[in-house]
Amino acid sequence: MPEQYKLILKHADSPGYTPDIECYERHGGYHSLKKALATPPRTLPDGKVQSPQEVIRDEVLKSGLRGRGGAGFSAGLKWSFVDRRSGKPIYLICNADESEPGTFKDRQILHKDPHQLIEGMILSCWANDVNLAYIYIRGEMIQGAKLLNEALKEARAKGYLGKNIVGTGYDLEIHVHRGAGAYICGEETGLIESLEGKRAYPRIKPPYFPAVLGFYMSPTIVNNVETLCHVKHIVAMGSAEYAKLGTPNNTGTRIVSLSGDILKPGYFEIEVGKVTLGQLIFEPNFGGGLRPGRSLKAIIPGGSSSKVLKAGELFKLNRKGADGQMTKVDVPLLELPYDFDSLQGAGTMSGSGAVIVLDDTRSMVDTLANLSAFYAHESCGQCTPCREGSLWLSKGLHRLEQGDGRKADADYLKHIAKNIQGRTICAFGEAASWPVLSFVEKFRDEFEARGAADEAARAKGSGSAKVPHS
Amino acid sequence: MSNATATPTATAPVETIRIKVDSRDVDVPKMLPNWQGRLEPTTMLQAVQIAGGEVPHYCYHPKLPVAGNCRMCLIEFGTPMMGPDRKPVLNPDGTPKIARSVLPYEPSTPRGAIACATPISAGMELYPSSPATRQMREAVLESLLINHPLDCTICDQAGECKLQEYSVEHGQSASRFVEAKVHKPKAVNLGPRIVLDDERCILCTRCIRFSKDIAGDDALGIVNRGSYNTIAAWKEGAFDNNYTLNTVDLCPVGALTSRDFRFKMRVWFLKETKSVCTSCATGCNITIGSREGVVHRYEPRENDAVNGPWMCDTGRLNYRWIGSEARLREVWVGNKASTWDEANREVRIRLSKAAPGSVAIIASARQTTEELYLLKKLATRLGAITDSIAREGDPDTLLVSADRNPNANGARLTGIAFTEMGIQIPKIASGIASGAIKTLIVFGEDVTQHGIGVDLLGRLETLIVSDILPSQTTQAAHVLLPGCAHAEKRGTFVNAKGRLQKFMKAVEAPGDARPEWEFLHDWVHAVSGRNGFSSIEGLFNQMAREIPAFEGIEWGRVGDLGVTAKI
Ligand SMILES: Cc1cc2nc3c(=O)[nH]c(=O)nc-3n(C[C@H](O)[C@H](O)[C@H](O)COP(=O)(O)O)c2cc1C
Ligand code: SF4
Ligand code: SF4
Ligand code: SF4
Ligand code: FES
Repeated sequence: MPEQYKLILKHADSPGYTPDIECYERHGGYHSLKKALATPPRTLPDGKVQSPQEVIRDEVLKSGLRGRGGAGFSAGLKWSFVDRRSGKPIYLICNADESEPGTFKDRQILHKDPHQLIEGMILSCWANDVNLAYIYIRGEMIQGAKLLNEALKEARAKGYLGKNIVGTGYDLEIHVHRGAGAYICGEETGLIESLEGKRAYPRIKPPYFPAVLGFYMSPTIVNNVETLCHVKHIVAMGSAEYAKLGTPNNTGTRIVSLSGDILKPGYFEIEVGKVTLGQLIFEPNFGGGLRPGRSLKAIIPGGSSSKVLKAGELFKLNRKGADGQMTKVDVPLLELPYDFDSLQGAGTMSGSGAVIVLDDTRSMVDTLANLSAFYAHESCGQCTPCREGSLWLSKGLHRLEQGDGRKADADYLKHIAKNIQGRTICAFGEAASWPVLSFVEKFRDEFEARGAADEAARAKGSGSAKVPHS
Repeated sequence: MSNATATPTATAPVETIRIKVDSRDVDVPKMLPNWQGRLEPTTMLQAVQIAGGEVPHYCYHPKLPVAGNCRMCLIEFGTPMMGPDRKPVLNPDGTPKIARSVLPYEPSTPRGAIACATPISAGMELYPSSPATRQMREAVLESLLINHPLDCTICDQAGECKLQEYSVEHGQSASRFVEAKVHKPKAVNLGPRIVLDDERCILCTRCIRFSKDIAGDDALGIVNRGSYNTIAAWKEGAFDNNYTLNTVDLCPVGALTSRDFRFKMRVWFLKETKSVCTSCATGCNITIGSREGVVHRYEPRENDAVNGPWMCDTGRLNYRWIGSEARLREVWVGNKASTWDEANREVRIRLSKAAPGSVAIIASARQTTEELYLLKKLATRLGAITDSIAREGDPDTLLVSADRNPNANGARLTGIAFTEMGIQIPKIASGIASGAIKTLIVFGEDVTQHGIGVDLLGRLETLIVSDILPSQTTQAAHVLLPGCAHAEKRGTFVNAKGRLQKFMKAVEAPGDARPEWEFLHDWVHAVSGRNGFSSIEGLFNQMAREIPAFEGIEWGRVGDLGVTAKI
């Protein structure tokens, strides 16, 4: 039976652990920082000499660490894109906007172990020649912002932050910036605009790639809270040791937020790919299964934007056999390992690591209507397809939900969503359309039955008829 | 407005790259000027334009920072396929294999790029009229129309609306939309000159970008979220810089309307005449919109050497005087209404009697160069002292010049005025006071406002005045000649930077009013006994031959955008 593997949450959840710096230091805190800042230059086999900063950057690349914010992009690769020759300052921003419905993992770190994030940030900043960094925290996390500010004060007092950090001559300041309650502030370029004091309108790429033209048009790194915490452990363990955690190309651990129709909702830290979706939901040390008498209907595997998976689905995944050859194998839904590549192979994503479980009592129409209301409300409205399409989807779905549907609404919704995905400024367009496309595709019967029933009711004169029939 | 240092010089070879546009090979410059005139990698939209095509767009404007928000310009494209060795993969026939851009998560679906912001690269193929491109366009239009009020019948923009235009060209006939539309504020007081209909707005942010990045006034923004997004001024009515009306031109739909022009006229009834603004020495190029002899609006006419595509609100709205009820319509001799023949005879008699040194001419730097030239000729014949009246105000950093005369340089180049305009006026005043000056000719100025009071005018033996509107000076005239507004005649001005610009006649002058150059010509003819020309072209060409700054310039060669004089 798989167990949790607590790397990030190792201390945070142990009894008596407090978020102050003394407690953190008692548990070995800031040790990695001191160690890293004393790293000597490294001579490579080819005779090239790496600066201590390059050594850390190389370690992060070799660790295989992938972003925990949503896209699962290699952190080391992202850092390698940073324009280090622009002559402009390089900034680092910690994305603590955690707003993806179903996700509640970053807040565990922020509330229970803020110094772990700060140490991870100082290391990442040092490795990237950053002297000014920000933590952009979701506005609603008032307590988290307070704790972070206290922690930063403590770190400053101890010489881990500010001028001449631990006597090395390195200067770094970190500021906390609170958002004002918009999901789009989690999208990295929207976040940057917001941090600059503007409306969080995501930027077009090209030309505004953060690594080149980010915060104040300077090279900028944006990483998720959890991602930055992992940097501390990579430095502590070394990339080779770290990469042994998890599975190839899906290294380390990640915190899964489990919610929905489940007996034991909560967060669980696992080695990536070492636990399956079925185990996450059914094992007693994880979700503990469904409520009595219920059966599984669907899983939203990576936050509300990820494509839904249907109970009983079978996926063809690439698997490396004992002989090292890649072959396609059938993997049932519940046996899907919870990692980046498997979920991508299943046509969805592990996104923010939020698993939402739906049992057989759930109406897919009502669930999707609920989700679509979120996206209609959170679209920033900058670009036409998403601005108009998000609300259109929501209106259509609520009409269907409220008994004024049409059989053709399944296609209607699909048509609208298809005209959003891939045509927008930011990935919100996908976030808004993927749930619709996947729900309608996989549960088309349910959508058509609802619409057909409404049509029949209207034909008998008993339904409301707010819309022209088609 | 163009940045001269950044534009490639004629001699430097322009580096080009070869791409395909709808399967046709085209060589396009690698770099082209961006909205500020700085060279940047050529965009797909520019490349298609060079290839002779057109990418429909709403938010893109060549003189504004790129926003990329409307998505109307999405086009399908492909790039040369690269092998693992970073070498292009070839088709069996040796041509490079092209990878059409697709959605990474759905390889069966083409992925468009916004042509307005995506740079081209060598070997790229653009498909601005492929079925996938057309479908993307249709979808954007459908989205823009679902919440649009479709009130074209009462909309000022009808006839020059990009939403109408593109819907006909690129839209689909039926909308699938069956939900309730979003309602937004109507007739919003954005500023003293601008009214906004938020329901018609397609949120392209052109107005915001113009105000912030061109006019330097961060007055506009968006409130609310998503489909409820609404353009607003930071405070009701606060959109009040001197350039607000440019946003009406920029707005691709009928959301922003000019309080001045709103609901007055269907644009397709307007006759358009190329002209120049007369409210300052910048000389912004304009188009006069008129109908049945009445001027209804000025609009900026793009000229990168002068005003780019913009003009200030003050200049734009300064046209009402042309159609004023108070306009001088009759010729007066003594205190009797008279005729041109009579007046010209009277002028001839009075001037022929004037002793050299007893005549002064005060011209206006709002007159055309040709008129000033003729007045100077007259002055030479009569041995008259001349000058004109300076007009100053605060300049701004965009267009408005401190010199509020449109033709101060014309007055200087013709020799009517010195560098320091108005320096002779006190001398003329004392000359009148001492009785040395007995004849004063005034064109287009109320000299009583400029140091030559009614009492002084009363001492003159002869006061000949030509003007457009009545003043204390016109009241004191012995001979009064109704003149023409620039919109009623042809001529040229020389702007603050020495650009010679011509303007055309838009409307007829009221009553007996005549273009000044016509009767000035008669006078010069009378005093010199010669006749050199009979048309504005002839007059101009004669003037150009005599004035060194205009050397080599001919009327026919002064294009719509003017030429640079050698000042
Ligand atoms: C609509 C939208 C919302 C997002 N919200 C968050 C968020 O709340 N937190 C986060 O870390 N990343 C969020 N992201 C992803 C970020 O854009 C960015 O990819 C991430 O912060 C990078 O960090 P990582 O590489 O460490 O994962 C969001 C992306 C989109 C498109
Ligand atoms: S996709 Fe949606 S959220 Fe992203 S920029 Fe466009 S309107 Fe805003
Ligand atoms: S008012 Fe006009 S210019 Fe301004 S955003 Fe709306 S459509 Fe664009
Ligand atoms: S800047 Fe001068 S020339 Fe241009 S519109 Fe204004 S007043 Fe007229
Ligand atoms: S023109 Fe609007 S996105 Fe390109």
